Amino acid sequence: MKAKSKFAAVPYLVWMLIFILVPLGMVIFFGFTTTGGEFTFDNFTGIVKYAHVFWKSIYLSVIATLICLVLGFPLGFLMSRMSEVGQRTMLMLIMLPMWMSFLLRTYGWMTLLENEGLINKFLELFGIGPFTMINTQGAVVLGMVYNYLPFAIMPLHSIMVKIDKSVIEAAQDLGANGFHVLIKVLIPLSIPGIITAITMVFVPSVSTFIISRMLGGGQNMLIGDLIEQQFLGSVYNPNVGSSMSLILMVIILIIMGIINHFDDEEMEGMLV
Amino acid sequence: MKKLFAVSLTAALLAGTCAMAAGCGNGAGGNGDGGTLSVYNWGEYIADGTDGSMDAIAEIEERLGCSIIYDLYSTNEEMFTKIQSGAVDYDVIVPSDYMISRMIDADMLAELNFDNIPNAANLMERFQKTDYDPEGKYSVPYTWGTVGLIYNTTMVEEDPDSWNALWDERYDGKIFMFSNSRDAFGIALKLLGYSQNTTDEAQIREAADLLKKQKDVLQAYVMDEIFDKMEIGEGAVAPYYAGDAVTMISENPDLAYVLPKEGSNVFIDAMCVTKDSPNKELAEKFINEMCSTDIGLANIEKICYSTPLQNVYDALDEDTKQNPIIYPDDETLSRCESFINLPDETNTLVQDLWNEIIAE
Repeated sequence: MKAKSKFAAVPYLVWMLIFILVPLGMVIFFGFTTTGGEFTFDNFTGIVKYAHVFWKSIYLSVIATLICLVLGFPLGFLMSRMSEVGQRTMLMLIMLPMWMSFLLRTYGWMTLLENEGLINKFLELFGIGPFTMINTQGAVVLGMVYNYLPFAIMPLHSIMVKIDKSVIEAAQDLGANGFHVLIKVLIPLSIPGIITAITMVFVPSVSTFIISRMLGGGQNMLIGDLIEQQFLGSVYNPNVGSSMSLILMVIILIIMGIINHFDDEEMEGMLV
Repeated sequence: MKKLFAVSLTAALLAGTCAMAAGCGNGAGGNGDGGTLSVYNWGEYIADGTDGSMDAIAEIEERLGCSIIYDLYSTNEEMFTKIQSGAVDYDVIVPSDYMISRMIDADMLAELNFDNIPNAANLMERFQKTDYDPEGKYSVPYTWGTVGLIYNTTMVEEDPDSWNALWDERYDGKIFMFSNSRDAFGIALKLLGYSQNTTDEAQIREAADLLKKQKDVLQAYVMDEIFDKMEIGEGAVAPYYAGDAVTMISENPDLAYVLPKEGSNVFIDAMCVTKDSPNKELAEKFINEMCSTDIGLANIEKICYSTPLQNVYDALDEDTKQNPIIYPDDETLSRCESFINLPDETNTLVQDLWNEIIAE
């Protein structure tokens, strides 16, 4: 039985070796070498001048992640209190836009937000505007929230389904008002879902490049754009591109580490 | 090192198997007797049977008795990276001018045997030998065109005739710019009166400063998004390719196109055969068919770019022949340059400066 279960993992292990570990090794190799294959740190020191791009990416992704949590949390909770059919319908509705191409949906926002776009045309009917919405940082954040919100709702919902109604009722019986139920019961019990939601929104947001290009007008450059330029720009520079990817990975690892640490503490606190 | 080699080999084999599998799938429509040819071309760059046009690929498959795998790319760099990685074997590719000289330098293109391409004799004289392929040994031009200003006549105060319209404060927030560094620097360099192919660092830095200043009045850096944006009146002025300008003007008659007085870029996309092509002769025959009057005409009518072939030009309708956007006169063309490949240091400098400009 034991041998069999090991055997079942072989396809994935092979997959992991070829498509995860080998490319990772190559990224590390390229990141620390020159085009000639000699060891160097220059790729990393050269990136210092793009520090503000990294900050901007993190800043915008953090905002997008917070918005997704604020929007996703109540929705996830309401869904978890619905009937079986209601939950399935809601999940379906949330998933539905994802059946369409990611690119197409982002392109759709472009036509909505433009100065001559649908939203401004609509506001014009009431004599308001026009507002400059496209090609701003706000538009980039909107694109991130719109595209990644389902990834926040789903883990929140699946963890909240497990919160027993009686726990909430007990808190209320013991005199907790709505606010206290939220911060003393609901949020602590949803921590694993919140952590997953943060990961699922933050990681793709911080590394996106197409959202910033389409909605940010190419002026709100993010790390993803910078990396893309190294590979598909006029200069093919896999070494600098790889070192940028490595830095991005380290940033994500650190941020995930901090969040997971917070997770552990919460858990311990709850046990005590 | 040995291990790395083994790993790359495995990867190459895997990719090869996938490509072969894909090939069998795709080639089902054609007659396999004459072999299989892989063609790598730009998106929307051939008559494909839509809108009543000829299906050029099916037609050539029939004439040559081969099956054709037809794949698409959207930038020269994407194509170059793929070919260079060696993971895919394409026989025929269609790079632009500067990319052809880069690939000739990198020994990635095969010398063509023109005995198999008799139709290449129809090339107009100035396309037989070009800046990027001075002896005309490696490439057969497919299309060409210029880069100019497309503007909305209802939004500009007077018809622009200079690149400085892209810096004009009156159109603040209604100006678009190329989001690729080579075209963007080309425009700035032309406005400053320098060559687009300069390798002089001071001139390039001066162009970079000019492009930085442009950010104040710019709405966005775009590529293909420009079609929608100009058609709905989102912008007043933008630079773009002549063939695409014709398409945009047909959608929105308020738009117009001008080739600025400072001169511009004339680009040529040409068909080449890769060095490692296993089907070189078939590839040459394919190129020959693409240069035939009926297929060449079908392609040009579909994609609206300019043809370098005299036989195809002669077969066009009068309106198109007389259209100064598609076929500018010699005096206008004499002000234009085509891109050549720049040395690595220059490319790196331009890309670094460009990143600084847009990341600011």
